[in-house]
Amino acid sequence: MSFLPSLESPQTIDVSLGPQHPSTHGVFRMNVTLDGETVTRLQPVFGYLHRNHEKIAEGNSWLAAMPYTDRLDYICPLTNNWAYALAVEKLAGIEVAERAEFIRVITAELTRLQNHVAFLGFVLGDMGAWGTALMYAFREREKILDLFESLTGARMMCNYMRFGGCRCDLPPGWLDTTRKLVDGFPKFLDEMEALLTGNEILLARLQGVAPMTADRAINGGMSGPVLRAAGVDYDIRKVDNYGIYNRFKFRVPRGTVGDCYDRFMIRVLEARESVGILKQAIAVIPEGPVVNPKAKQRGFRPPAGEAYGRIEGPKGELGFYLIADGSDKPYRFRIRPPSLINLTLLEELCVGTKIADVMVILGSIDIVLGEVDR
Amino acid sequence: MLDEDLRSDLQKRGIFVASFEDLYNWGRKSSLWPLQFGLACCAIEMIATAAARFDMARFGAEVFRPSPRQADLMIIAGTVTKKMAPLVVRLYNQMAEPKYVIAMGACAISGGPFKEGYNVLKGIDRYIPVDVAIPGCPPRPEALLEGLIKLQKKIEGQRLFGPNRARHADTRDAADYPVPSYGAHDLEPPMNPAVFKPEPSRREAE
Repeated sequence: MSFLPSLESPQTIDVSLGPQHPSTHGVFRMNVTLDGETVTRLQPVFGYLHRNHEKIAEGNSWLAAMPYTDRLDYICPLTNNWAYALAVEKLAGIEVAERAEFIRVITAELTRLQNHVAFLGFVLGDMGAWGTALMYAFREREKILDLFESLTGARMMCNYMRFGGCRCDLPPGWLDTTRKLVDGFPKFLDEMEALLTGNEILLARLQGVAPMTADRAINGGMSGPVLRAAGVDYDIRKVDNYGIYNRFKFRVPRGTVGDCYDRFMIRVLEARESVGILKQAIAVIPEGPVVNPKAKQRGFRPPAGEAYGRIEGPKGELGFYLIADGSDKPYRFRIRPPSLINLTLLEELCVGTKIADVMVILGSIDIVLGEVDR
Repeated sequence: MLDEDLRSDLQKRGIFVASFEDLYNWGRKSSLWPLQFGLACCAIEMIATAAARFDMARFGAEVFRPSPRQADLMIIAGTVTKKMAPLVVRLYNQMAEPKYVIAMGACAISGGPFKEGYNVLKGIDRYIPVDVAIPGCPPRPEALLEGLIKLQKKIEGQRLFGPNRARHADTRDAADYPVPSYGAHDLEPPMNPAVFKPEPSRREAE
């Protein structure tokens, strides 16, 4: 942090928060103008983690872009894989194997669970409860990472989806372990809620902080839990019915005022819905091949054309816009990251609040810098 | 040096004899305070290492400090971009001696999978001295723990006096490393020749 007397008025000071700051979720920077403790202006500074994802993908083969998608939103690699695979499948018109569709739903919902759990830990850390809540959250997250590891071979960088399916079949006993974890998960959520949601300090820090109206959220291009917390019924799993989501029964939780508390609670409720989807999917997953045998992976050359594939990622609408020119490389590889676009309203949300609330507001949007800067 | 037999003999009588260096190094290696500073994906594994299952506290390194002034150990966890590199060097300069650096993951070591990117620094060892490098993308928490143990072993063997004394004990050595600036196409300078001494590649050596 650095303090400078502001040029605008002698009463205010400019504070540079980040890029090294314990609560900026990576290397995000905000230039904040303060009047006392009140924020009068906030300017986000991006690019400290710009890793040239799009340019690198345009120089590599179609399949070689898959492991890079893991590193976009590095907390939820499997949903990123799915979004890219979905875009390519749309581009080349590839059918997905039936069993693979179920595996995709199961892994994506597990990813959503572990993202929302990690979110609870991080946002509590932003409020000053550094450590304890995160320990609880990461204990639960580790169990899900174990499942990913036994399935894909990696804890975080899974590189699991392929065009037309998945890379390998479930290892023996994997579904049983997953069923046990899913059955025990509501207990963890109950415990977390018993400790947190009625907590007076948490309510004081979250309720009424930075409310967002539904109109504003839509105009700001919000998506995912942030949009739904503002009361908009928009879930791409329901709207697009991509994959096989139309076969599962689940509700879309919505907030009412769109304040930080709504954004916090919507994650807990969504995690509960994910548990329901997981239970349904595990019960009816069919046998069969996990990848469409007609789909080519190496030396894959889709016909010239363009496609936009999007999914409901744990953080919002994650889309890939691909242009193919008939060669073995993407001509254009564009990522629509939910984290970056959900930050559009950050200044509007933060102006007028206290400096201590800025961290909570940023935390409640739930960003990952790998995706913001790409 | 003290005779080992005599030392164990004294120990049985409740008298512990150690050289000042041993005691000093033992104290430092057992309470390394890392800088709470995550750059990218590896930072999540760093947090996982500090969290319940892997529990970095077993090795005395759980006190993550957000301020470089209070930290002994910088874990460079993630991709260092050219925009971020000057800040990393500045943070390193702000840390008090004795200080150590762990380059965690392929990106911090060499640029990793993003090496061909125009904005990615090809290894932080171009600007600051790295003590332990942990390969992996990202390294597992066990790997980070092993890196930490390696660093502790290194600290254990450091000399405070004499011609082979450690860098932090040598007052003639530069405490500050030049912070690169943003040039027209690359960082200026692209590396610090006083620090960056890569071994010649096998092809060049032949």
